[in-house]
Amino acid sequence: MAEAGYQYLLLILGMGLVTYIPRWFPLLWLARRRLPEWFIEWLDLVPVAILSALIFSDLFVVGEPRHVELLQSKSLVAIPTLLFALKTRSLGGTVIMGMALFWLRTSYHWGS
Amino acid sequence: MSWSRIYGGRECTGWRGSIASCTMKARPPARSQPPAPGPGGEGRPDSAEGRPAEGEEPLRASIRAGLEAAWPICIGYLPLGLAFGVLAQKEGLSLLDIALMSAVVFAGSSQFIAVAMLGLGASPLSIILTTFIVNSRHILMSSALAVHLQGLSRSFLSLYAYGITDESFAVNIARFKEAGWHPYRALAVNHTANLAWIGSTILGGYCGQFIAAGSFGIDYALSAMFLSLIVFQLKGRIYAFTALITALVAAALSLVHPGHSFIIIASLLGASLGFALKRYDRRRRGIDG
Repeated sequence: MAEAGYQYLLLILGMGLVTYIPRWFPLLWLARRRLPEWFIEWLDLVPVAILSALIFSDLFVVGEPRHVELLQSKSLVAIPTLLFALKTRSLGGTVIMGMALFWLRTSYHWGS
Repeated sequence: MSWSRIYGGRECTGWRGSIASCTMKARPPARSQPPAPGPGGEGRPDSAEGRPAEGEEPLRASIRAGLEAAWPICIGYLPLGLAFGVLAQKEGLSLLDIALMSAVVFAGSSQFIAVAMLGLGASPLSIILTTFIVNSRHILMSSALAVHLQGLSRSFLSLYAYGITDESFAVNIARFKEAGWHPYRALAVNHTANLAWIGSTILGGYCGQFIAAGSFGIDYALSAMFLSLIVFQLKGRIYAFTALITALVAAALSLVHPGHSFIIIASLLGASLGFALKRYDRRRRGIDG
């Protein structure tokens, strides 16, 4: 047991290290020098790209093996949630709204 | 762009000292400081528009603002953390292991993958390598954040880097772009999310199996948060184009390519195509007069 614990500790430290370096190095390297204008402009588009990659694969790509499913609870609820976000521009409100809609949807349409 | 430059110049000197005093491990600044501010650096310059009052941002105010900004993340982390705790405990990790992993790694998806791989009997080295690949997407987030954290001390940046996750990145970058978002506040968001993650994973390991899955639509909290944040980011057709092209590439890649590298590849491609369009646009308009 002690040996297993030691193994876990090494594993956790290793995982922590390889997770920290990609978070740390670009920040330290880029935040302390003058960045060329074009690079700032390019970086300006990175957040929207990352968010888009994260959210759309989360909404539309499901299952194992992965496949696209356009109409299921997650993506259906996304439509009114998105409209609500556009209308109110409120992060907190949108989160509450999305949760409520998803709750309704999954409570009353199991598996449909 | 404009204010990050301002920020990088001299204003940051106002509170760098207080960061050193409030982060425990900050050593006295040796040469870790950016070039000293010009004459008059003592007197704080007037704050740029939309930015918090210059000088010492009260720590308590930062924490409160951070908490207010971070609560959607905390709600979203709760079901994920609970699920992770349950799974990890089933794979034989103790509560201490769970807490340690959440505190040291602090990266949801790779922690899930690690536990799943442990279950399959994978070697620690392969788990660590997978973790690296999954989390390499933070390279891009860290780079994008660097624009807004110009000229800050190494100790602040090192502490900040620890808390860069998909969620804290999304929340903070939106705030940074909108108006003055003090780095202290962003740091408070990071650490609030961090505590929520650690707490919920421990709770999951402790009593997760007694909590009904899917209550209150809580599983949708992060999806809704990302949806909302992407709406805030769409400020013009270049952004919309970038979002659309990235979404298509990401969805396509995720189908043909297992794993998580589709996020970084699609983002790089999408941002570059958006950038190319912007350049092309500008040049065409330049020629047209």
